[in-house]
Amino acid sequence: MMSAYVAPILKILVLLNAVLVSVTFMTLLERKVIAWVQVRLGPMRVGPHGMLQPVADAIKLLLKEDITPARADKWVFTLAPIVAIVPALVAFAVVPFGQEVTLFGHAVTLVIADLNVGLLYIVSITSIGVYGIILAGYASNSKFPLLAGLRASAQLISYEIAITMMLVSIVVMSGTLSMVGIVEAQSTARMWYVFVQPVAFVVFFIGGLAETNRAPFDLPEAEQELTGGFHTEYSGMRFALFFLAEYANMIVVSTVATTLFFGGWLRPFPGVAALRALGLVPGWVWFLSKTFVFLYVFIWIRATLPRYRYDQLMRLGWKVLIPLGIANLVVTAVLKVLL
Amino acid sequence: MFDTTELVLNMGPQHPSTHGVLRVVLRLDGERVVGSEIVIGYLHRGIEKLCEHRDWAQIVLLTDRMDYVAAASNNLGYCETVEKLMSLEVPRRARYIRTILAELQRIASHCLWLGTHAMDMGAMTVFLYAFRERELVLDLFEEYCGARLTYNAMRIGGLPLDIPAGWGQKVQAFCTLFERKVEEYEELLTQNRIWLNRTRNIGVISGEDAMAIGLTGPPLRASAVSRDLRKAEPYAAYDEFEFDVPIGSTGDTYDRYLVRMEEFRQSIRIVRQALDGLPEGPILGRVPRLIKPPAGETYHAIESPKGELGFFIVSDGKSNAPYRFRVRPPSFCNLQALPRLIQGHLVSDVVALIGSLDIVVGEVDR
Repeated sequence: MMSAYVAPILKILVLLNAVLVSVTFMTLLERKVIAWVQVRLGPMRVGPHGMLQPVADAIKLLLKEDITPARADKWVFTLAPIVAIVPALVAFAVVPFGQEVTLFGHAVTLVIADLNVGLLYIVSITSIGVYGIILAGYASNSKFPLLAGLRASAQLISYEIAITMMLVSIVVMSGTLSMVGIVEAQSTARMWYVFVQPVAFVVFFIGGLAETNRAPFDLPEAEQELTGGFHTEYSGMRFALFFLAEYANMIVVSTVATTLFFGGWLRPFPGVAALRALGLVPGWVWFLSKTFVFLYVFIWIRATLPRYRYDQLMRLGWKVLIPLGIANLVVTAVLKVLL
Repeated sequence: MFDTTELVLNMGPQHPSTHGVLRVVLRLDGERVVGSEIVIGYLHRGIEKLCEHRDWAQIVLLTDRMDYVAAASNNLGYCETVEKLMSLEVPRRARYIRTILAELQRIASHCLWLGTHAMDMGAMTVFLYAFRERELVLDLFEEYCGARLTYNAMRIGGLPLDIPAGWGQKVQAFCTLFERKVEEYEELLTQNRIWLNRTRNIGVISGEDAMAIGLTGPPLRASAVSRDLRKAEPYAAYDEFEFDVPIGSTGDTYDRYLVRMEEFRQSIRIVRQALDGLPEGPILGRVPRLIKPPAGETYHAIESPKGELGFFIVSDGKSNAPYRFRVRPPSFCNLQALPRLIQGHLVSDVVALIGSLDIVVGEVDR
């Protein structure tokens, strides 16, 4: 009876720690990569090549005074960072990190819960995250965060639909909503879905950038316009939670992109027998490397592009991505029926 | 159904994109600007009044502190005004070196503009690239006069120092390098779709309106008015060099960007010509030991990186200080156009337009 709970709890603990550690080191990676793009060194002082910088940052943020503005809506103000971080962490529950592995004689699946509606779960959970931003903007009772909150809600409606359309195309292809099932479908099809659904992937990735408030869609926190946007009034650990949420969301989007479009734990070109040697590399290594590539692209884009304007972002969402999404879905569905 | 009210948003004086301590009070309908008011004076140091209590020679130091990112241009404007008042002859070599300094200063100032302008729109890499090259110009200035920001690089009647040995080659090398770097900036921005979306048709002002409102410098030339004091009223040694005055067509933010990018290239062209044709001779004219201009008044303007920088100076002929000292700062006059430019645009465009006018608050407030 007990043993039924031990494995999942252990898995949750390991995953949660892994995610939180990788999130803190994402901040270092981001600073390093942007520094290299900009021909500078980035953090160099704490530890060799600044490797311990995230630790120093964490200690600093933990020790900082946690200020609640006098005129803020205290309950909502406290709630907002929690609403932002929890969905970002919970979303990892259905992400399959690899095939079944044998550990100490036990067969262990590298996914916490293989829900049969895994994709639906991710879509719904991640959209809760943006409420954190909206609530933070509202509860701060300050003008810049308020504008940021409005921008965040506009952004959410514009991009959620486009992304969901693309995910539906994938579901039509694979015939399942389970994340594990989708990877297995790609294995059966002997093809990563990115090659059959390139449009879906591009739109999904653009939408993912917008969903995670990353450049060039980082309007809710546009530092140069809104002086930090929704987190203007936050300090200390609550401020850090928003950042953790942002990075965790980036990882979620990257893992989802890997699972849906790049074959999850499958090796490259699963259909080509000549490359069978690549199969010797464990699945989770493939999965993590693919995720890492996406994370790098996130940072790379931030270092390269200027920021969109709020109305232009809406126009892109409603006039380009959503029609594209509907067209892609219709074409996919028709071809699926015909072939 | 709902009651809507305008939101009054106070942008600045502490705001990352108001370039110092400019304060803009915006009245917003949603994110659209329906009215605005500019509040200045947070950096007022009373420089004009201070100048009326300083020696003529000491004032050069104070001019450094107005447009502190283009100190050499301020030095040049002031020294030439006093020279005009005293009818002093400046040796040709000094005029050439002054031109080189002024053009290097223009490059440094435009680098700062490009970096901050791009940064305001979220392109932070351009910021660091532009500052990297600005650093090289500052190194050249440091080698010339020892200072990196407030140069005090000129004297009434000429220059305090001749150029150091080998400095000319270093400037030549910088020009070669910088030409490639301008390409690099343009690669990142000029054809970038987001950049085009953010700058095209933003803050359009026609040539007539721009003149009526008193715009000068790149913002005026972007509105297709070809007025550059270096051509129109040549000073220093500009009449001896060949260069083009880039002008825009529509007068939007993108045109202002293009005009300044082209000015980078024209500045390099002028610096090269000046270095090639640098004459020998003294660097300081025949200046009396005690500078005391005859009674009278004069106005003289130069084309600073930001626009027409004019000095109006009255001398009573008796005291060691000017009787009246007045500056026509390009930043101050260009800033007048801001409420008009941002009318009807979004908050995001406000920061783009402040950047596009290229103001320095030290010069606005003086």
